[in-house]
Amino acid sequence: MRDRILDVSNLRVAFRSRGGEVTALRDVSFTLERGRTLALVGESGSGKSVTSLALMGLLPPNGRVSAGRLRYRGRDGREMDLSALDAAGYRKIRGAEISMIFQEPMSSLNPLFTVGDQVGEMLWLHQDLDEKARRKRVVEMLDLVEIPAAASRADAYPHELSGGMRQRVMIAMAMICNPALLIADEPTTALDVTIQAQILDLMRRLQNELGMSILFITHDMGVVAEMADEVAVMYAGAVVEQATARDLFADTRHPYTEGLLRSIPQPGRSKSNRLVPIPGTVPPLHALPQGCAFAPRCPYAEARCEDPVVLTEKASEHWSACILDRPVPA
Amino acid sequence: MPRYLLRRFVGMIVVIFLVLTIAFVIVRLAPGDPAALMLGPDATPQDVTELRERLGLDRPIFVQYVAFVAGAVQGNLGESLFFNAPVTAVLAARAEPTIFLALFSLLFALVIATPIGIYAAYRRGSTLDQTSITSAMLAASVPSFLTGLIFQRYLATELGWFPVSGYGGPDAGFFERMRHLVLPSIVLGIVNSALILRFTRASMLDILGEDYVRTARAKGMTERRVVLRHALKNAGIPIITVVGLTFALLVSGAVVTERVFNLPGLGNLVVNAVLRRDYPVIQGTLIVVAALYVLVNLATDLLYLAVDKRVKV
Repeated sequence: MRDRILDVSNLRVAFRSRGGEVTALRDVSFTLERGRTLALVGESGSGKSVTSLALMGLLPPNGRVSAGRLRYRGRDGREMDLSALDAAGYRKIRGAEISMIFQEPMSSLNPLFTVGDQVGEMLWLHQDLDEKARRKRVVEMLDLVEIPAAASRADAYPHELSGGMRQRVMIAMAMICNPALLIADEPTTALDVTIQAQILDLMRRLQNELGMSILFITHDMGVVAEMADEVAVMYAGAVVEQATARDLFADTRHPYTEGLLRSIPQPGRSKSNRLVPIPGTVPPLHALPQGCAFAPRCPYAEARCEDPVVLTEKASEHWSACILDRPVPA
Repeated sequence: MPRYLLRRFVGMIVVIFLVLTIAFVIVRLAPGDPAALMLGPDATPQDVTELRERLGLDRPIFVQYVAFVAGAVQGNLGESLFFNAPVTAVLAARAEPTIFLALFSLLFALVIATPIGIYAAYRRGSTLDQTSITSAMLAASVPSFLTGLIFQRYLATELGWFPVSGYGGPDAGFFERMRHLVLPSIVLGIVNSALILRFTRASMLDILGEDYVRTARAKGMTERRVVLRHALKNAGIPIITVVGLTFALLVSGAVVTERVFNLPGLGNLVVNAVLRRDYPVIQGTLIVVAALYVLVNLATDLLYLAVDKRVKV
């Protein structure tokens, strides 16, 4: 039996809005093996971030998990359903078992506290250490994320650090209690490319050394290729394909995934077909078409696509929510 | 930092000098002769001329001005025309009720307004939020003399909980004097709490939407700690500003409140001084108030520096 740290099944998240309830996630299902990296990929508005916030129990006040299970198995082997936790139960999980880093390193740190203070607060919350031991751990951790002169940088305020350094601080903060699962919500999107590569290297190295699992949220297929063991592709609030990274790239099953891959600029091709966009736009959540949500933009769509479609195993460990039974492009 | 303080100090001197000059000019623009007013309608023109000479009011205005500024630099604000005593002594004798009134009402406003403002922002759109905004609007719109009269009627006259007015008479002990300040402080505090409440709420609403508040939640701390440690410290910066500004309202509000409750403070003093054309007292009060205001402003800015390390001097 495989060791799954996370098993999300049929997750539904709804938001109250002026025009009634809007379903942002429609039966999202995916799994993550311990020690591995799962990339959650999709366009803006596909529900990647909502999924991560639902996992952390940090949905905004007008949002709620309306159905589905979020099974999580921690380091101690105990399995729990995150969606059934109360506020106090969740506080014990956040930061200690599951921690998260965000897209905006510039604004994700509190400007009025030193970075050492903010990293150390995580220890204060979850571990029983005295002031001196905390400080020692903080400096060790800042050192581990390759912040030069860690001891003196611990006393710096966020505005005194660059974006890349701040993201390192965020990673140090997320990792200091040695969580089993790290959720990284577009951690490199706001950084320039060289810094991005450094941060990805750092995350991979920490994963090897500390053995955590990573749920990596991104819209960047290049980052997926570099980071992910497994990939789940999301579209309009649902997972449309999950496979190993290699299978997903080599044996693409869902037309939307194919579209995403084709919209990466290809240096070898001529200028006119270097980048092929997917026609149309993501449908608004309150006006999803019947059946497959991607059908109106799909080059392979046929009449059957108006029937409900579910995620099914098309090849070994390769799921797709499409009527096609063959790889695309066909 | 010492350079900054020096710069600020020079700025303060300039402001106070300007206030000095404006005060001097304005009181003399007002019609009416202080000598004639002091002697009453039965005085002969000769009496008036003599008194003007004795008070130095017959000298050219520029000479009066130079004498006034020279005195002020030495801490001498002149002699009161009415009390026949140094202005500094007159002001000092009236300072206590005003200082404590300002202090208590600010304290009252803060104690009422900040927790409600924070909670209203946290529970945005809730009944408490709506109620607090409406109450704040009401508190800001009802003039303090009316609130004062209502409180005097019900809390003082009918229920007898507090003294109706005055400052307890010449022999009253400290506690008795402070007891006379309770109602005036609440009246003045209510008006100011409205502004502080709205500011606290607005600034808290801004901060609660910040990314670092989400980060704080993701660390697994209690909501209490998220709001009171991570959000409030950031929201505190605009709140400090409005508290500083409120001080201006307190000083002008004190005039009305002291009048309604018949308190022997600076507010009452300055109103009487205007009616009596007691130039030196009017000037003296304006200078003291301006100096206080400038000092509070400086304190506000220094507080910024202490709270927010991003602020550069």
